[in-house]
Amino acid sequence: MKLSGAEILWECVVREGVEVVFGYPGGANMPLYDAMLNYPIHHVLVRHEQGGAHMADGFARASGKVGVAMATSGPGATNLVTGIATAMMDSIPVVFITGQVAAHLIGGDAFQEVDVTGITLPITKHNYLITRADEIAEAVREAFYIARSGRPGPVLIDICKNAQIEKTEFEYPETVKLPGYQPVDHAPKESLARALQLIEKARRPIILCGHGALMSGAEEALMNFAVKTQTPVASTLLGLGAFPASHPLSLGMMGMHGEVHTNLAIQNSDLILAFGMRFDDRVTGTLKTYAPRAKKIHVEIDPSEVHKNVAVDVPLVGDLKTVLADLIPLVDEYDHDEWLQEISGWKAEADARSIMNWPEDDKLYVAHLISDIWRATDGNAIIATDVGQHQMWTAQYYALEKPNRWLTSGGAGTMGFGLPAAIGAWFAHKNEEIWAIAGDGGFQMTQAELSTAVQEGANVKIAIMNNSFLGMVRQWQEFFFEKRYSAVNMRSPDFVKIAEAHGIPARRVTQRSEVAEAIAWARQTPGAVLLEFRVEQEDAVYPMVPAGAALDQMIQRPVKELASRRNP
Amino acid sequence: MNYTFIALVENKPGVLNRVASLFRRRNFNIESLAVGRTEKPDISRMTVVVDCPNGDLDAHKIEANLYKLVNVIDVQDVTNQPSVTRDLALIKVMVGPEKRAEVNSLADIFRARIVDVAADSVIVEITGTEDKIEGMIELLRPLGIVEMVRTGRVAMTRGVNDGVRRVPGANGSLWREDDESGLAEY
Ligand SMILES: Cc1ncc(C[n+]2csc(CCOP(=O)(O)OP(=O)(O)O)c2C)c(N)n1
Repeated sequence: MKLSGAEILWECVVREGVEVVFGYPGGANMPLYDAMLNYPIHHVLVRHEQGGAHMADGFARASGKVGVAMATSGPGATNLVTGIATAMMDSIPVVFITGQVAAHLIGGDAFQEVDVTGITLPITKHNYLITRADEIAEAVREAFYIARSGRPGPVLIDICKNAQIEKTEFEYPETVKLPGYQPVDHAPKESLARALQLIEKARRPIILCGHGALMSGAEEALMNFAVKTQTPVASTLLGLGAFPASHPLSLGMMGMHGEVHTNLAIQNSDLILAFGMRFDDRVTGTLKTYAPRAKKIHVEIDPSEVHKNVAVDVPLVGDLKTVLADLIPLVDEYDHDEWLQEISGWKAEADARSIMNWPEDDKLYVAHLISDIWRATDGNAIIATDVGQHQMWTAQYYALEKPNRWLTSGGAGTMGFGLPAAIGAWFAHKNEEIWAIAGDGGFQMTQAELSTAVQEGANVKIAIMNNSFLGMVRQWQEFFFEKRYSAVNMRSPDFVKIAEAHGIPARRVTQRSEVAEAIAWARQTPGAVLLEFRVEQEDAVYPMVPAGAALDQMIQRPVKELASRRNP
Repeated sequence: MNYTFIALVENKPGVLNRVASLFRRRNFNIESLAVGRTEKPDISRMTVVVDCPNGDLDAHKIEANLYKLVNVIDVQDVTNQPSVTRDLALIKVMVGPEKRAEVNSLADIFRARIVDVAADSVIVEITGTEDKIEGMIELLRPLGIVEMVRTGRVAMTRGVNDGVRRVPGANGSLWREDDESGLAEY
């Protein structure tokens, strides 16, 4: 059967189970858009390609499936770049499909010609430049396979216009032939044996749970391992949700804005079990003094992460779920009571400084608001955040019980991620409650997607934590630049009016007493709703490990008068 | 210290660019890189010499990162394996007829050849280890070298010895040319 390249693309994309695509048309992808009309694809017309990229990313994070985003050549494709890098840094499976000028024009600086495969080479797991229709089927098949297997990541397919139009014989490739690409699942037996020896000797072990635990679907195995060996579990920012926050072995988040007892536990451990995490500088602090007495076992699917930042004693290269399944029957049961008690002691000290104990002063603190939303939603909502202080407070106070409900840009820290990611997640879980939490700065970076949300009827609740500052940068200037505020003061538009101009019901909240009612109202009102919270302007996120400091050199929460705070 | 790697890669457009871009991106210092065809039309072979200040740790990093490229099939480190390594140089020397004999006798000693003779210059072709070529260059320099080109090192292990493959379980160490596991199915 002869089909056009564009038709072949959709034949293959539909066979991958794709139902929704986020994109933006233009000259170089018009044949793709024309052919799309004949296939069961719901296309979401975004307002900026970056928004489309984040939506596909949010869809992928929430669904565990591959997201798809499209753009035209030149500026369309370059607008995707931030979104591609965001997906790359967090290992998110997204297939990006861009139009390219006709093959015979390539290299001639034709209208809207940009070297997209060149630009995206270092920010994709793999990419393709397609110049002929008969290359499309194989490329699409491979792209989806590469995106979702091994360590997942974004793959880009740049398709020349002539290849979209040309007709060729279509035969669906049943297998992919990639001699150089064979992700492994099982770690070698000898390495498992060495790991077991370390586990047996450990008296103060700790699990560092990363995003890999979620990507691998290893939540249950993680629970079994932790409980059987009575090993406490600390999470990276992206690992949150893999282990239930309320579990007695849960230590919450580690790192720069991790809890004091969590970081102390890492520093004082004698065995680190790093599960699907990559010792990013935001979780280790300075490497010179990092967990000095700990042996290290690193379970990691990407061999290039092993020894990258921290040299480890036993690398277990493989899929976390598989490796844990191999390991669990071999480990003995342990109790580490003494160690767990020691950590509890640190925790009690940290708890005394909890912001929940702050006196009631009728100001709005983001941490309290997050806790309020958490309570109202029973900790069950899908939460997308933007980047900044509110992101850290959300990580600290929206205690996640379940996996894949936490969408945040960790590796790249991309402002503007929150709203579009929430919209993308809605396409994966239309019956779930979804909240986008953003700062006044980041929200304005992709604010245009409000319009997409309305056009699609996306039911997302938006909370803007408006402190009239680029809060996180302000905090750094306060702490490390003698409070010399430079370019952080931000005057924003009237967010309520902006929402209403889009037909989105909205409220501004300035008093503590209005909070509970406003959250309830947002939850009851159907469709997209926006709440703007006028929060304390110069609040700071604690604890904090200054960049380059040791993990246990934290700036702690200030002890405020412990007048018991009225429950909100 | 310099390490020598042999990488087998799929013979596809852009693969050399991917490898070069990776080395730049990860801040590895390439001393030389030679690419060419192999006995199999769909596979190219690269010999890459890289400065590894942290020794084996860097070597591991390089191998593991190369495997992140989908088109890279196999990587071995042959630095400490018994192997044959060769570099080829073409050296143009400014000499008239009166000094040709001198160049000729030097070439003889190094088993090099004069491959072109013009009115006032000759081109010497020399193949060998880098040391040998450096030696020849030093002796030719006083005569007036005006142009030189070198291929960079190519290497092949002796006998049936393979190089070291450090990345446990990585795709390359599973790869055998007669192996069907090259077909990933899902
Ligand atoms: C695209 C982008 N530009 C700049 C930054 C640097 N940056 C990190 S946090 C931050 C401030 C964010 O301010 P806001 O969105 O108001 O959130 P807040 O920190 O106040 O919660 C900035 C500018 C970034 N992460 N991403």
